[in-house]
Order: sequence, then C-alpha cells, then structure tokens
Amino acid sequence: MRKLAIISGKGGCGKTTITAAFSSLSENAVLADCDVDASDLPLILKPQVIESEDCLGLGLASIDPELCNGCGICLEMCRFGAVLENFTINPYSCEGCAVCTVVCPENAVSLIPRVSGQVFSSITRFGPMAHAKLGTGEEASGKLVNMVRKKAEELADEYSCKLILIDGPPGTGCPVVAAITGTDLVLVLSEPTVSGLHDLKRAIKLTSHFRIPTVACINKYDINEKKSLEIEAFCKKSGIPLLARLPYTDITTEAMMKEETIIEYSAHSGTSGAAEFANIVRKLWSEIETRLLETSQKELYSKTLKAWEP
Amino acid sequence: MKIAIASGKGGTGKTTVAVNFALALEDVQLFDCDVEEPNCHLFLGFDLEPVEEVACLVPEINPDLCTLCRECASFCKYNALAALPNKILSFPSLCHGCGGCSYICPAEAIEEKPRLIGMIEKASSKNSLTFYRGILNIGEVMATPVIRALQRHIDESRPVILDSPPGTACPVLTVMGYADYCVLVTESTPFGFHDFLLALEAARALKLPVGVVLNRDGVGDSRVEDFCRAKGIPILLRIPDERMIARLYSEGIPFIKEMPEWKEKFRNMLKTINTVICKSEGV
Repeated sequence: MRKLAIISGKGGCGKTTITAAFSSLSENAVLADCDVDASDLPLILKPQVIESEDCLGLGLASIDPELCNGCGICLEMCRFGAVLENFTINPYSCEGCAVCTVVCPENAVSLIPRVSGQVFSSITRFGPMAHAKLGTGEEASGKLVNMVRKKAEELADEYSCKLILIDGPPGTGCPVVAAITGTDLVLVLSEPTVSGLHDLKRAIKLTSHFRIPTVACINKYDINEKKSLEIEAFCKKSGIPLLARLPYTDITTEAMMKEETIIEYSAHSGTSGAAEFANIVRKLWSEIETRLLETSQKELYSKTLKAWEP
Repeated sequence: MKIAIASGKGGTGKTTVAVNFALALEDVQLFDCDVEEPNCHLFLGFDLEPVEEVACLVPEINPDLCTLCRECASFCKYNALAALPNKILSFPSLCHGCGGCSYICPAEAIEEKPRLIGMIEKASSKNSLTFYRGILNIGEVMATPVIRALQRHIDESRPVILDSPPGTACPVLTVMGYADYCVLVTESTPFGFHDFLLALEAARALKLPVGVVLNRDGVGDSRVEDFCRAKGIPILLRIPDERMIARLYSEGIPFIKEMPEWKEKFRNMLKTINTVICKSEGV
C-alpha cells in the first residue's frame, strides 16, 4: 500500500483542491482528510458516513469543590496555567498531565475523560474516505490525525485499495508531523509569494528531517513569475523535483462553488481554460503515480536483495 | 487592547490584514503568533534580533539512582517515558514538560533539563512599529509553549495586534485567549465560509466579540454577508479581489504602502472595534 501526503506549509495554496482533483483521477484509492481542524475535503466529496468513533483525548482535570480546601498547591504546580484562582479549570489550557491529581493533599482533583473529536469512515463517489472533526480548541489534533490515518488503512484493507491520498493540514507542527510520518511521497504545494516560498522551505526542511521523498508543485505560478523562478531555483538546488506549474485561474473557485472537483467541472464547463487546467493536473497526477510505483519497486528490489543475503 | 486576527482556513489573508492594520496605526505592537509559519516579517522587512530561546523542561534520568520502579512511565500521559526491563527510555519530543515524572519519582532520580523548541525574536528598536514573533523549530510539535513565551513580551499599556495561526486547535485558542477582540478574515467561498464558522465557534467559546474582514471581496457568493447580517456580526472591512493587491502581496509589499487611501479604512476599523470593546466592558 502506497501513501501520498499533500502539504504546503502555508494555507490557501490549494491542497484540498488538488487532493480532490487527484481523488477523481486515482483509481482504487482511499482518501484521508488530515486537516482535522478545518476539514474542507468533505465539502466537495460529500462523504456518506458509515461509521463514526469518538476520539478520546487527554483527560481534563476537575476539582471537587466539596473536597478542595483552597491550599493552592495545584495552582502553583500546574505548568500550563490551567488552574484558575477560584480553583476551577480552564479547559482550553489543561493538557491533561495529571500533576494536579497527585499533588492535591485532599485528593480533590481527578481527570475526567474528554472527547476531543470524531473520526468517520465514509464512502464518496470516488471511493472510501476517512475524515474527522476536532472539537473546538482541542489539544489532541495529532492524535486525531493518527486515528484518521489508521481508519484510512482499515478502509484500504477492506476495499483492497492500493493507495492512500492524504490531504494535510497547514503548518509544520503536531498535526503535520502526524500526517506525513510513514508516507512514501510528499507533494508540497507552493505559490509564488514571499510567504509561499518561505513556507515551502520550512515544509521541505520538515520532510527531509523525516527523510521522506518529496516533490513540489507551484500553484498560481503566473501571479508573480519572478518569484516562481526563485521557487524553481530553490527546488533545483535542494534536489526537489518540481512536477508542475499551475496557472492562476477562476476555474478553481467556480468548481468549488459547484462543489465539484476541477476534473468533474472541466468535463462539462465547456471552456478551454478549464480543460487546459484539468490537463495540467492530469499530467501532474501521472507523474506522481509513476514516482509512487518507482518507490514501491525499489522497496521490492531491496526486499528481494535482503532475502538473498546469507 | 488586544486584537487577534484569525481565520479557520489558511491563506485567507490574516497576515495581510495584521500587517497593513499595524502599519496604518500609530503606536501599536504587532505580534506574529503563527509560530509554525511566521510570515509577518517578510512584509515588514525589519531586521530581527533574538530575545530569548524557548525551552521545554524534559526529564533526565540518573541511572545510578533509578530503581526501575516504572512509576514515571506509568504516570506520563504523553508516552514520553517507556519502561524497558533494564532502563527507562525517554522520548523528549513527546514530552509536554508537566514535571509530573520528577515529582512522582520516589528515588529522586529524575532531573528536569531544558530542551530548546523555539525562539522569540523582535525587530530592532529603530523601527517605528514594535514587532515580536515566535518561531517553532522544525520537527518540533508543540506550538503552544512558544506562543505562551511570546505573549509575555506584550506591553499591556499599548494596543497589540496578534496574528494568529490558522485552524481552531489549541494554538489558536491560546492566541484568542490573550485577546479581547477577534477579527475573523474570510472569503465568501464554500471553504472560506465553512472554516469561518469553525473559527467563529472558537471565538464564541471564549466569549470574544468578533468582526469580519471580507477578503477577495467579489469572489464566490454572498453567503458570508448573509450570515453576518442575520447574526448581527459587523463586517469591518472589505478587501476587493484585485490583481494589484495580489501582486503586492506576492512581492512582500504591504498594500497600504502603495495604496495609502487604505490607511483611513484601517483606522476606521480600529474605531469600530474600540466602540465594541468599550461597550462590552461597560465603559
């Protein structure tokens, strides 16, 4: 089973638009929407939920006012500032470490379980999909991403799918690390802006930190062709293959308004611009497929070699 | 007065709004709290100087004192300690620095050592704008401690603009928690609107008054406006979908520099926000 993650560092570079397009091009893939705190892929793919499961995050401290004598030790010991002056807990600060429960001389504090989100197994018109909804301000987004990935793998087994397509979150922190760990290939999307380039560099640093093969693509390249050249030069210098340059077009927004992938939209919109854009995405997809195949062959090859080792 | 600039979806224009807003006003502070991808400095062109390093306290186990009782490993909620038959293994990158293990260890074998996870920087004082930012080291997962360290540098006597990370998870709530007003930047598309509702929910959970900046106005439909009208949420500013603004952004130039007529619009936005804050504080 191959796993492709699509990330960007910076938000708004077109991760979800491209993932949705890939979903209508790929055969036999499971989709995994790992942008759990702003999950947009379902808006296009309209998943029908078959099964949902609560994600239990870290616990939440709770102080029993009957037992609390107001000594203040928990307030002093909490490193996250989650114990308030009136000895209640700020749920958005509490990280569930349980230090308060052991330092309290009156045994007045306990950890109560909290649901940090839901994970869904669904079916879409392009195949199975795993996605999630994180509760507002919840801490465990990395854990929820892991659950989505696990669900996607289960779906892949169940439906005998060969590929998992991961729509990643923006940033470089906890949920991104969870989304790219153990993938075979990462596609980093960029845009020709100062922040697009800056965040591309950080995203590539991250994938090389985890030693994951990485390819790149510039979206809206014609907004600023000079910046696009800078991105190209950077990719070349870092040995990151730049697979495509997508033009700036209203077609992506038009398709989104119709809740369609750009591949679907281009099939009936009748404009040459849409067809052209869809063709560039098709080419990008076939490049990626080839690379995924290559990595799997290499793996097979090295496994065969290992088998021959005395 | 502390104003957070947030949005559920990334790439809707938080940084654009935060930077132009800060440059339009006098005597404000700008704090870039998107520590995973801090971008404000790219538009300000300021030289940055280090202020402090952000560390997380992680356990160091003294094998001579450790009795292998495993209490630390079973206490740790983050799986940052694992008990092997002959030693306790620690995974510093998973540690949240709660200090529980060293407190609980009966043999006093655990000492806490700082591990660097990020950095706070500021613009040199020769600039007119007070600017601070936090940056999380690559490969680190915990943004919140960096944000917490960053906000300690806010001068409470002057207005501050906080550029928030995207999303609605813990780092966003941490930033919103320091604010007394939240500006939500969005665009009127299905993705923009969906993520706007999530961010609104987050702001509401903290009982923050909110206003909206409609970016790329003219794109999509009127769903954000219709919603705001129905719910009585003020639209503070509309930034049109103009190629000129997109081009300036791509070059790293705050559009207010080339289009000075926007100064007044941002100042008016502050006035509107001020009135709301005064009202909510009952002044």
